[in-house]
Amino acid sequence: MPEVNLSAHPVIELRDCVKTYGRVQAVNSISLQIPAEKTSVLIGPSGCGKSTLLRLVIGLIRPDSGHVYFEGNEVLPDVVFSLRRRMGYVIQEGGLFPHLSAGDNVTLMARYLKWNIVRIRKRLHELAEIARFPIDGLSRFPAQISGGQRQRVSLMRALMLDPDVLLLDEPLGALDPMIRADLQTDLKPIFQSLKKTVILVTHDMGEAAFFGDRIVLLRAGEIVQTGRLDEFFHTPADPFVTHFINAQRSPLNRIGRDMP
Amino acid sequence: MIAFARVVAMLLLCGVVAHGSISSVCGASPEVIIGSKTFTESVILGDVAAHLVQNAGTRAVHRRALGGTRLVWDALVKGYIDIYPEYTGTISEEILARKGIHGEDAIRKALAGYGIRMSASLGFSNNYALGMKKETAKKFDLFRISDLRSHPELIFGFSNEFMDRGDGWPGLRSRYGLPQRNVSGMDHDLAYRGIEGGFIHVTDLYTTDAEIGYYGLRTLEDDLHYFPVYTAVLLYRADLEERAPGVVAALKKLEGRISEPDMIKMNELAKIRKVPEAKVVADFLAERFSLKSAVAHETMTERVWRHTKEHLYLVSISLLAAILISIPLGIIAERKSGLGQIVLSIVSIIQTIPSLALLVFMIPLLGIGGPPAIAALFLYSLLPVVRNTYAGLRDIPPPVRESAEALGLPPWARLRLVELPLASREILAGIKTSAVINVGTATLGALIGAGGYGQLILTGIRLDDVSLILQGAIPAALLALFVQGVFELAELVVVPKGLRLKPLD
Repeated sequence: MPEVNLSAHPVIELRDCVKTYGRVQAVNSISLQIPAEKTSVLIGPSGCGKSTLLRLVIGLIRPDSGHVYFEGNEVLPDVVFSLRRRMGYVIQEGGLFPHLSAGDNVTLMARYLKWNIVRIRKRLHELAEIARFPIDGLSRFPAQISGGQRQRVSLMRALMLDPDVLLLDEPLGALDPMIRADLQTDLKPIFQSLKKTVILVTHDMGEAAFFGDRIVLLRAGEIVQTGRLDEFFHTPADPFVTHFINAQRSPLNRIGRDMP
Repeated sequence: MIAFARVVAMLLLCGVVAHGSISSVCGASPEVIIGSKTFTESVILGDVAAHLVQNAGTRAVHRRALGGTRLVWDALVKGYIDIYPEYTGTISEEILARKGIHGEDAIRKALAGYGIRMSASLGFSNNYALGMKKETAKKFDLFRISDLRSHPELIFGFSNEFMDRGDGWPGLRSRYGLPQRNVSGMDHDLAYRGIEGGFIHVTDLYTTDAEIGYYGLRTLEDDLHYFPVYTAVLLYRADLEERAPGVVAALKKLEGRISEPDMIKMNELAKIRKVPEAKVVADFLAERFSLKSAVAHETMTERVWRHTKEHLYLVSISLLAAILISIPLGIIAERKSGLGQIVLSIVSIIQTIPSLALLVFMIPLLGIGGPPAIAALFLYSLLPVVRNTYAGLRDIPPPVRESAEALGLPPWARLRLVELPLASREILAGIKTSAVINVGTATLGALIGAGGYGQLILTGIRLDDVSLILQGAIPAALLALFVQGVFELAELVVVPKGLRLKPLD
């Protein structure tokens, strides 16, 4: 295979992917390219297939037809374990292992790969600083820390092996608004400074606008529009785009606008 | 996981230690094994034979009170034992039933076909008879079995063996035309207590039973000559003559040497006066054969300790094997849903087999003593561990399971590092259940000669010795509690700390 310049190519590419669960078509012939070092946001109402796309990328599920490529390699069962080590994955409730301390959650994979202990500790402390997680909290168990802290640990775990790609499936979805806002402001500079290719799944338009270099709006397993937020406002591809944006406007904004 | 392996290794070590001390108790494999049936007279005769063989210079072991006729006979034919005391009536009516074999010569000839020889009479016969309390007999004016015909209201309680065997109740009923409906089977020794308590009126007796005099029973005359004669003899394997000719010669010394009063007296000493069987036998041998056998006097502590070691041996080996097999089975059951249902069904079916039946099924495969008991206990211990391993793995929340997968851990590493630790509490709970069931069920091992606390309980029932029953029953209960406690402590080592915390919010 010839040497390819990865930055010129999409890091992740889905080609004609179809995935059905029983009679429900979760993903209906989607083709999508994810550019390097940018944050792409997958957004849409519940059941639009956005989480399914993420799971296809990391190989947790296989498409019924079509192909998924990661850095030029097709995501297939025989290579999926090594490919996953170059992706970090964070899910809504964190998915932390309850039997391991926060620190052990973060370092599990590095220990499995037999990194030496000095390297592991150095990386762990580096990550705690990046994620603004207190060092003394590393010895606590998931049951002993708050939801927001759990998500920071989950992010550290995803970043441990310094992957090129971060996949975030509604990482802030279960948090209360204050903690959510804190975490949002902490996360954005992390994505930017680490130059990661990020795919973030959310159903919140505000969050999409805050993080997304590029937004992909999905409905019923199909892509409705791809682009920047202002393109969604000014050149909507479909009435659904405007409808989706308006439905997401904060009631506070509307009340504010109606006030004399 | 490492902690888990450590606990398993500890258990293994216990098993090995227990095993080691058992073999030192039993010594090297004996040259001759003598068996006996589960009643005192048979045990006494077995003991007498064992002493005579030992005295002739051959190492002998007496496996006491192995079971009923069929079991002990099978053990002899298969070579698990070499010698046991039997009665001619039982041979012709039960062992060779429906072959119409009567008379000593015919019996010898038939036995030879099985590779079994028979000694001459030991000097007494122990016949079946029916008996009842003298007061009751007087009240109804009963002297002969045929007198029972006019009293259909009488309650009969017969020994279990008598209920089924050809020369027992079914034949007796049709010969005499007995009308009684209230007839139940029970342990022979318990039947005596039933008579004494007035719960039953009539039971089957052995004519050498010491209880006939003790409880003041009247023996009803067998006026239609239904019961055959039960002359006491020793049965032994034909190959014994070549293998250990001295042994056969020693056995022959016993022929004609035990009279009916001798036997009744020995039964009385053992059962009514509570003289230890070993001493009864030693005194008899000293008197008749001027044979000084040191009565191995065992204190209660020594006895309980010996049975504790036997019991631990049965429990630890069977439980350990069950754990080592069940956890992988549980994992397979969870991974492969089709195969899993088959595995779960099979272990569930095993659990529904009555424990006694399972023990008996093992005899043709593994003989008598420890191995068949361990195999049966092993099978019994599978279900709780298999099912809990399966359930523990299945109940892991999907996000946690998926996170492990998304990290890039291969399946085996996920199992070892994430899934088994998360299921550890449930797996351990299954092991705990298995262990407690195992300790209890192991008492039944004594029924097939495996020893353990059950031996004390069975002997206690046989000799009507409550203290002996308690010496088996109390340690068995304590051991069950102890085992449970051990596994509760093991939880602190095996179950990760993170799973033992209360959630914060």
